[in-house]
Amino acid sequence: MAERSLRGKVAVAGIGETPYYKHGQAPDPEIVLALKAILAACDDAGIDPAEVDGFASYSDDRNNPTRLAAALGTKELRFSNMQWGGGGGGGSGAIANASAAINAGIADTVVVYRSLAQGQFARFGQGPKIPAIAGDPAFNIPYGIMSPAQQYSLKAMRFMHEHGIHQTALRGIAMASYYHAQNNPRAIMRGRPLTEEKYDNSRWISEPFHLYDCCMENDGAAAVILVSAERAKDMKHKPAYVLGAALGSDGGTGRGAYNGAHFASSHFTSVSRNLYDMAKVGPKDVDVLQSYENFTGGVLMSLVEHGFVEAEEADEFLVLDNLKADGGKLPLNTSGGNLAECYMHGLELITEAVHQIRGDSPNQVKDVNVSMVISGPMVSPVSNSIYGSEASL
Amino acid sequence: MTAFYLPEGLPVPTWEGDELQRPYWEGVKQEQLNIQRCGDCNAWQWGPEWMCHECRSFNMNWAPIEGKGIIYSWTRAWHPVHPALADRGPYLAVLVELPDYGNVRMLGNLLGDEHQEVVIGTPVHAVFEHHPDNAIPHTLVQWERGS
Repeated sequence: MAERSLRGKVAVAGIGETPYYKHGQAPDPEIVLALKAILAACDDAGIDPAEVDGFASYSDDRNNPTRLAAALGTKELRFSNMQWGGGGGGGSGAIANASAAINAGIADTVVVYRSLAQGQFARFGQGPKIPAIAGDPAFNIPYGIMSPAQQYSLKAMRFMHEHGIHQTALRGIAMASYYHAQNNPRAIMRGRPLTEEKYDNSRWISEPFHLYDCCMENDGAAAVILVSAERAKDMKHKPAYVLGAALGSDGGTGRGAYNGAHFASSHFTSVSRNLYDMAKVGPKDVDVLQSYENFTGGVLMSLVEHGFVEAEEADEFLVLDNLKADGGKLPLNTSGGNLAECYMHGLELITEAVHQIRGDSPNQVKDVNVSMVISGPMVSPVSNSIYGSEASL
Repeated sequence: MTAFYLPEGLPVPTWEGDELQRPYWEGVKQEQLNIQRCGDCNAWQWGPEWMCHECRSFNMNWAPIEGKGIIYSWTRAWHPVHPALADRGPYLAVLVELPDYGNVRMLGNLLGDEHQEVVIGTPVHAVFEHHPDNAIPHTLVQWERGS
C-alpha cells in the first residue's frame, strides 16, 4: 500500500484578508467579510472565483458554503466541510480536511475561510446573560467561571504548578507578539508596544493571566486557497506546500465538567507526533512558528508538547530575545498573532506562515523552508500544520 | 451583605427534563453529593455521562460521596464578564480533586478572603450554598479550607 500522507501533495496558492477591526467595528456584515476575504485570496492566487469548488471552515462559522458558492458564481460545488470544535482549535484541521479533499480528487480548488463580526453577533469574552443554564456548563457558569480566560486559567495554573514555571515565561510570549506587531501594518496593536514593566503592571483578568496574556476580540475575515502541488507550481506565487496537517486529541480529553484526561495540557501530545511523522520534520527543523495565543498559557503548553522547549527550561528560554524574527532561536508569532495583530481565530497565523515561506512577511525570518502553525490549544479537538518551500520537499 | 459567595443574577443551574443531571442537583439540595459509579466495573465517573468511559457499560448508578478533596487548580477572577459581577470585585474558583473517588474533579468557589493565598494540594471540604428563594430553587456546592 502506498504511503498515506499529505506531504507535498497540496499547496497554498493564495491568501486573502479583509482589513482587521476592533470587535464590533466592522463596517460589513459577516458574510460580506467572508466574501471579500475569499475574493482577495482568489486575486492573490490569480484564479477566477468561480473556480473555487470546495469550502472548508471551523468553529461553526456562520457562513454556509452554499450561500458563498452562489454569491461567488461557483460553477460546481464539490466539497463543503466543517471541522468540529470551538475557538481556533480547528484552523489547521480545516487545512487538513481541504488538503485531503484535493488529494483524494473530491475537489480541485478549496478555500479555507473564517469570518467574524462580533457586532452583528455575540462576543466571546462575556458570560451568557440568561436566567438559567443546563447540562455541562451548569457546573461552572453559576460559579462565575464563564469566559475562556477564566476557564483556561485553571489549566495554565496547574501546568505552571507542576513544572515550577513563573509569570515571566508568559510575559516573554506576550512580548514576542507585541514586538512583531510593531512592524506589521495590518496589526491592531501596531503603535502600542509592550514593555516588561507595562506587562507587570497590567491588571489581572483571571490569574495567572494578565490583560496582555489574553487575545483581542476582532472583526474581519481571512481566506486561504489550496490546490494540488502540481498546479500550484505554475501559479502567481511561490507555493507553500503542505508538509503535514493533523487534528484530534488524546483519548478522554473531551470528558465534561473539568474531568478531561490530561487536564494541564494544550491537548497536543498525540497530535504533535502525528504532525511531525507526516511532515518528516522535527521541532529542530522548524524555521519559524506561529502558535495560537488565545492565552499565553496555551502557547506555553503548546511549545512544550511540540518539543520546542522542556517545561523545566521554559522560564529560561521564553524571553523576547529568543523569540524574535530577527535572530531569535525560535521566531514566534511573527505577525503579532491573536494578541497583537488580529484575533481571526488563528487563520491569520496560517496566512503569516505562508508569508514566511514566500519571503514577504513584515518580520521576515531568513531562509525559511519549514514554517509551522499550532492552531488553538486547550480545546478538543486541536490541530496543527506545517508548510514548506520547494527545497523542503 | 449577602449570604451567597457571588451576587444573584448569574445564570443558575437547571435540570428540568434532564435525567442525566437530576440526581446531582436534587441531591445537593438535601446536602448530599451524588456522583456516578458504574454498575458493572465500579469505576467512579464525573461529570454525568450516559456510558461508563472505563468499560462501555450503560449501567450507570449514582452513589453518595463525602465532599472532601484537595485543591487541584485555582484562579482568582478579576475582570467581570457578566453584569451581575460588575461590583463584586475579585473572587476565587477552585478545581477540587477527590482522591477517595477516583480523582474526579469538581469546580466551585473557595469561601473566605478573596485575597487569601491559595496553594494547590490544600485539603478542602464542600459547603452547600442553598438558594431556596430563587425562581429555580437550587444549591451550589462551594469549598472551604480544612478537611
